[in-house]
Amino acid sequence: MVMMHSLIISETIDVQTWTYILVGITFALYIGIAIWSRAGSTKDFYVAGGGVSPLANGMATAADWMSAASFISMAGIISFAGYDGAVYLMGWTGGYVLLALLLAPYLRKFGKFTVPDFIGDRYYSKTARVVAVFCALLVSFTYVAGQMRGVGIVFSRFLEVDINSGVIIGMLIVLFYAVLGGMKGITYTQVAQYCVLIFAFMVPAIFISIQMTGNPIPQLGFGSELADGSGTFLLDKLDGLSTELGFSEYTEGSKSTLDVFAITLALMIGTAGLPHVIVRFFTVKNVKDARKSAGIALLLIVILYTTAPAVAAFARTNMIETVSNKTYADVPEWFKKWQTTGLITYEDKNKDGIIQYVADANTNELVVDRDIMVLANPEIAELPNWVIALVAAGGLAAALSTAAGLLLVISASISHDLIKKIIKPTISEKSELVAARLSAVGAVCIAGYFGINPPGFVAAVVALAFGLAAASFFPAIILGIFYKKMNKEGAIAGMIVGITAMLLYMMKYKLGWFDDSVPDKSEWWFGISPEGFGSIAMCLNFMVSIIVLKFTKAPPKEVQDIVENIRIPSGAGEASSH
Amino acid sequence: MTEKEKAKSYWKENIKYVLILLLIWFLVSFGAGVILKNALNTIKIGGFKLGFWFAQQGSMYVFVVLIFVYVYLMNKLDKKYGYDA
Repeated sequence: MVMMHSLIISETIDVQTWTYILVGITFALYIGIAIWSRAGSTKDFYVAGGGVSPLANGMATAADWMSAASFISMAGIISFAGYDGAVYLMGWTGGYVLLALLLAPYLRKFGKFTVPDFIGDRYYSKTARVVAVFCALLVSFTYVAGQMRGVGIVFSRFLEVDINSGVIIGMLIVLFYAVLGGMKGITYTQVAQYCVLIFAFMVPAIFISIQMTGNPIPQLGFGSELADGSGTFLLDKLDGLSTELGFSEYTEGSKSTLDVFAITLALMIGTAGLPHVIVRFFTVKNVKDARKSAGIALLLIVILYTTAPAVAAFARTNMIETVSNKTYADVPEWFKKWQTTGLITYEDKNKDGIIQYVADANTNELVVDRDIMVLANPEIAELPNWVIALVAAGGLAAALSTAAGLLLVISASISHDLIKKIIKPTISEKSELVAARLSAVGAVCIAGYFGINPPGFVAAVVALAFGLAAASFFPAIILGIFYKKMNKEGAIAGMIVGITAMLLYMMKYKLGWFDDSVPDKSEWWFGISPEGFGSIAMCLNFMVSIIVLKFTKAPPKEVQDIVENIRIPSGAGEASSH
Repeated sequence: MTEKEKAKSYWKENIKYVLILLLIWFLVSFGAGVILKNALNTIKIGGFKLGFWFAQQGSMYVFVVLIFVYVYLMNKLDKKYGYDA
């Protein structure tokens, strides 16, 4: 009752005002942190000085990792895909096990600034470094364009500015703290952003879980009986509703087992191979801290990732019960509000004034955009206005933190890997820092341009950034650590074949560039979707590397000594450029 | 033990841990959550079909535990070999 009472009081401030207040406070916080943590050296700029605590790094990694896609879209995707949504849940968390056990400790011991640094030194070759820089830029740009778009969408939906102004506001904020603070500024703003986004995600989830099942823990409510006294389990109810409307059972899904396997694997490996995630482990003090902070990062990520499928099931049940077979005249206000944004469309095909939501496209009258599931969830569940505003602040935190992490990878690839290591090795530290800042500005502008003028294929390609990372970096790094004899010829050939295979498969089966239209599923190799093809391209990379190695000469003794050295955790100096 | 032998035997133990942990990683996600999903779905715990639960909940909890077990084992191993300095 007390809660009901405070809900009523909070209704007196409208959503718009709440959104301005919460977004304003969080933005002021990010800017404050950026001013406090300015970067003074290239080491500050690339690896936050190298002394970040495991907890802070874990939080920053979690925020860096959870993008607008995790925050806004994932629960919605799961809610429409049912069981199949597990590919994202397992894929985007399981990769951290690989990262913690196979990559992070060794890369930290190696102690350089960037992923191309490792590839370039381990494979004693400028060519290898350039190939790695190219892969890092390709992966990061496809990914960051999607983030800027996400920032724009959240702004435009909640602050009633158009998407382009939203993108520009977002650009200015990121520009401010990424350029000023580099990795140091980004790390500490990401710590704050993690707190904002997890709070914003959990509050509505807990409210809805209580409403629907009486259990305040969404992860348990998900498997509980409904609170309506019927004694039916939520998931049984949802399976029933889904089959009634002609969809496949929620807990069964519709993708083939092989494709689920391939996509999950590609996402896991891709996660472990993403440069903006890997560099986070260069910022901690030693190998021990690198392992620990990988564990903390995953724990913090899993809090959101185990809640998302619960939110998905709640939202799906709620939505079907609220609108399916109801008279259009009687639908709640949120339905009409989101209709004006075009994210819900209703066409009364049989003119009976009733909403038919069914699997059959010919008679289905309702189309709901997946992103609504999280954004409109608080409204559907009739939660107070401040909760709705909180979701906006959380979505922005998620998008901005990921964008900033990616921009840093891009700027470091240019100023450190290209300028310092290849074009002009004599550059002074001070000039390198200027170059790093200028590259960050350039990267923000390009990302913003793609955010405002998204080429049609960006959305389709973001998910494939994982395939690209899996096909290129992961095998080269793993072989570099676990296979002392791996040489430059093998690694370079592997990376080139892997990323080319992934690009070609993507262009043919996802973008349809080689045919008049996108080819049908039945033409996929072994029935594996473009999203899952990263697994195959990764295997190709491994095979090519090993075959080429057999015909070329072993790496020099010094390089083999480096490998032996990185396998031993002690004596990890601070990250350095020397 | 010479320095070289020590490093070798440390690496061997490390690889053993990693392989065991990755086997569990594979079994809970690709095993229970994907390949054996249909078989496990015949078992129900509360409102969850077991295969579905592994895919959307259980595997992720196990992942977190695996990393912390790895941290614990490696810290012990580092100490044993004197690599914890």
